[in-house]
Amino acid sequence: MKYLMTTAAVLCATAAWAETPVLKVYTYDSFVSDWGPGPAVEAAFEETCGCDLQFVGAGDGAALLARLKLEGARSDADIVLGLDTNLLAAAKETGLFAAHSVSADYTLPVSWSDDTFAPYDWGYFAFVHNTDMTAPTNFSALADSDLKIAIQDPRSSTPGLGLLMWVKAAYGDEANAIWSGLSDNVLTVTKGWSESYGLFLDGEVDMVLSYTTSPAYHLIAEEDASKAAALFDEGHYMQVEVAGKLAASDQPELADAFLSFMVSDAFQSIIPTTNWMYPAVTPTAGLPDGFETLITPASSLLLSPEDAAAARDGALAEWRNALAQ
Amino acid sequence: MAQRARTIKTAVFGGPIAAGTALGLILAALLAVMSRADWPVQFSASDWAVLRFTVWQAVLSALFSVVFAVPVARALARRRFFGRAALVTLLGAPFILPVIVAVLGILAVYGRAGWISDFLGLFGLPPLSIYGLEGVVLAHVFFNMPLATRLILQGWQAIPAEQFRLVGQLGLPPRTVLQALEWPMLKQTVPGAIALVFVICLTSFAVALTLGGGPRATTIELAIYQAFRFDFDLGRAAILSLVQLVVAGTAAVIALWVLPPLALQPGLDRPVRRWDARGRLSRAMDAIWIVVAALFLLLPISAVVIKGVIGLGEMPASVWLAAWRSLWVALLSTVLLVAAALPVAAWLGQRESGRAETITLLGLAASPLMIGTGWFILIYPVADPRLFALPVTAVVNAMMALPFAVRILVPGLRQIFADYGRLSAAMGLQGLALWRIVLLPRIRLRLGFAAGLAAALSVGDLGVVTLFADPEVATLPLQMYRLMGSYRTDAASGAALLLLTLALCLFWICDYWGRHAAR
Repeated sequence: MKYLMTTAAVLCATAAWAETPVLKVYTYDSFVSDWGPGPAVEAAFEETCGCDLQFVGAGDGAALLARLKLEGARSDADIVLGLDTNLLAAAKETGLFAAHSVSADYTLPVSWSDDTFAPYDWGYFAFVHNTDMTAPTNFSALADSDLKIAIQDPRSSTPGLGLLMWVKAAYGDEANAIWSGLSDNVLTVTKGWSESYGLFLDGEVDMVLSYTTSPAYHLIAEEDASKAAALFDEGHYMQVEVAGKLAASDQPELADAFLSFMVSDAFQSIIPTTNWMYPAVTPTAGLPDGFETLITPASSLLLSPEDAAAARDGALAEWRNALAQ
Repeated sequence: MAQRARTIKTAVFGGPIAAGTALGLILAALLAVMSRADWPVQFSASDWAVLRFTVWQAVLSALFSVVFAVPVARALARRRFFGRAALVTLLGAPFILPVIVAVLGILAVYGRAGWISDFLGLFGLPPLSIYGLEGVVLAHVFFNMPLATRLILQGWQAIPAEQFRLVGQLGLPPRTVLQALEWPMLKQTVPGAIALVFVICLTSFAVALTLGGGPRATTIELAIYQAFRFDFDLGRAAILSLVQLVVAGTAAVIALWVLPPLALQPGLDRPVRRWDARGRLSRAMDAIWIVVAALFLLLPISAVVIKGVIGLGEMPASVWLAAWRSLWVALLSTVLLVAAALPVAAWLGQRESGRAETITLLGLAASPLMIGTGWFILIYPVADPRLFALPVTAVVNAMMALPFAVRILVPGLRQIFADYGRLSAAMGLQGLALWRIVLLPRIRLRLGFAAGLAAALSVGDLGVVTLFADPEVATLPLQMYRLMGSYRTDAASGAALLLLTLALCLFWICDYWGRHAAR
């Protein structure tokens, strides 16, 4: 009975909105949660677009792409928001995306020119620790230390894959040696970010693979200055999160409008304290107080989508062999 | 024999239909995934290594869980003490905790920064490190020993009271009791319990990965996860799912094949008093087993509760809404479960061997990700899968609970058919009347437990809902993961406590119904 009523309610709602165009944005789950950017973004965009913006959440970035592939060209998504550079080669290969017309002065530490995907935020991967310890300054020092770390499995988690690319981008053919050195430091590998971060907060590990922006959450939302990210002198690997327009969208103009809105101040100023990442275009008001305390890597590492896709299987085998010993 | 056979047909024609439906739901999903696959599919050397680890850890986990469970169940069966009812209810708790919560609870006790390590530190000893196969087995025993205990406890309680009294009057030694009464019961119960725990551990992957300490500890389920999400290789996912089903099926067949045919004597449904276990030594041993089991379970659970109480105040209102939604799913799923489990169990309970039970175990061995994806493929062309998120979750949860329910109900029904089959047939009892007069009143104890487990399992399950997820329709476990994923660890702990409480309440209500109005 309850489901009948729900279905009826949905049908009625659809009928009532028939006049208003609907823009469907597929994104990862944490973007649409009550604590993510979703609700604020929806309110801000609907003020100006005369449309109904609907977010559909699907797991994380990888699950999002899998979902899109399942639905294929019949998908009623207009926009996909939340892929990162490691997934872009696979995303382009689907042929489901159309070129965008967005232009903006991105404040990314690397130059961005991609005609299919536009970035909306970015961050650096980093090992987060408590400030009561002296953190190592590179992977070799970490490998030589007795510190215990928790990382995520690159086969099930996007940050986990990011770490794989980080070591690969920084050390190339010597990545294998670095992983062998790290194998006694890796206390455990978890399915996703939440599990690792939970282990760290419970004091089970000294450091956890996360983002340089993680301490900002504790500082701003919890007024807790006891967390910091370790600055590594090899440079830090970046995660750039992007959105793209689907070729089969029935609202192409609205989709373009959304992508332009995405790089505007209204959207970008929501990002730092909801997604806890750096905005792709720094808002005119600047970053929120607290972000100035975060570490700034000397160099930014990022493999192109093609290189990342090509390196993945080899790097994964290397990782598995080094840690399985 | 002929008369028994006649009762069978009339009472349980629904059994094969219900079991077939459960099997059909899995196979439909598997075929749907296969239909979208690119062939051929490679099965590499590292896949074999993964398969070996998966099977090995599941074997160890199943053996340790059940071997630990036997003396605990025996102690609980023959002792009455303050808090016994609460302890028996709490036996349902570990099983229904979301994996991540339980793992953090276990680590709060056994971890490097856990209570035991802190205690060792007082004496200058190094911290405990459980990461590796031992950690995986420890966690699986934590999850499954209580379940095995409850299953075996049911077996003990099914031994007619007259037999223990007779043994007491004759003054036979405990060894004879074991041989004459308890051993035949264990032979009936233990293989099924081992098979069930084995299949549960086979599909575990977050536990194995987190406590296994690295890529060594990879299970097939992780490979399936990877194939679906990162590689989007549906063929590989389908093959791996099939491997998992075959391994689980084989194990179940082996375990259930050895179930001896029923040879129990009829009894008079009286409460059991043990005349044979009054010695000082046996009392002390029972007390030790009960205390060890209670500490083993209660310490991690109390870690979860302590953290949760701190976080309760920080929970946003949306968590309560999600809890309400989860409650609905759980109730729907429990009703579906009872409707399916009774006929299936009655059908299986009248068969000599337990081979057919394998079918229901497959429901557990099927990867939730495979079922979710398969049904997404099937529903998508005709309707918006999001509208079906909650009903599909309820159906899948019921299917996952079916093997537990069947394992719980079958031994009881087998006994009832042995005791009352002839009489019922002679009186011409059939169909609903047979259920109402003979079966239901006697199976109520077990049915309450099965329904409670199904309800609790459904509240705690994340399962397929992630794939169909709609931001507006989050269940409680999903909402808890979202809180964790957005750094709100305290609020997530509060949500976990709410989840634990809700699941335990549902479990307790059903279990209480079964235990108290029975007979």
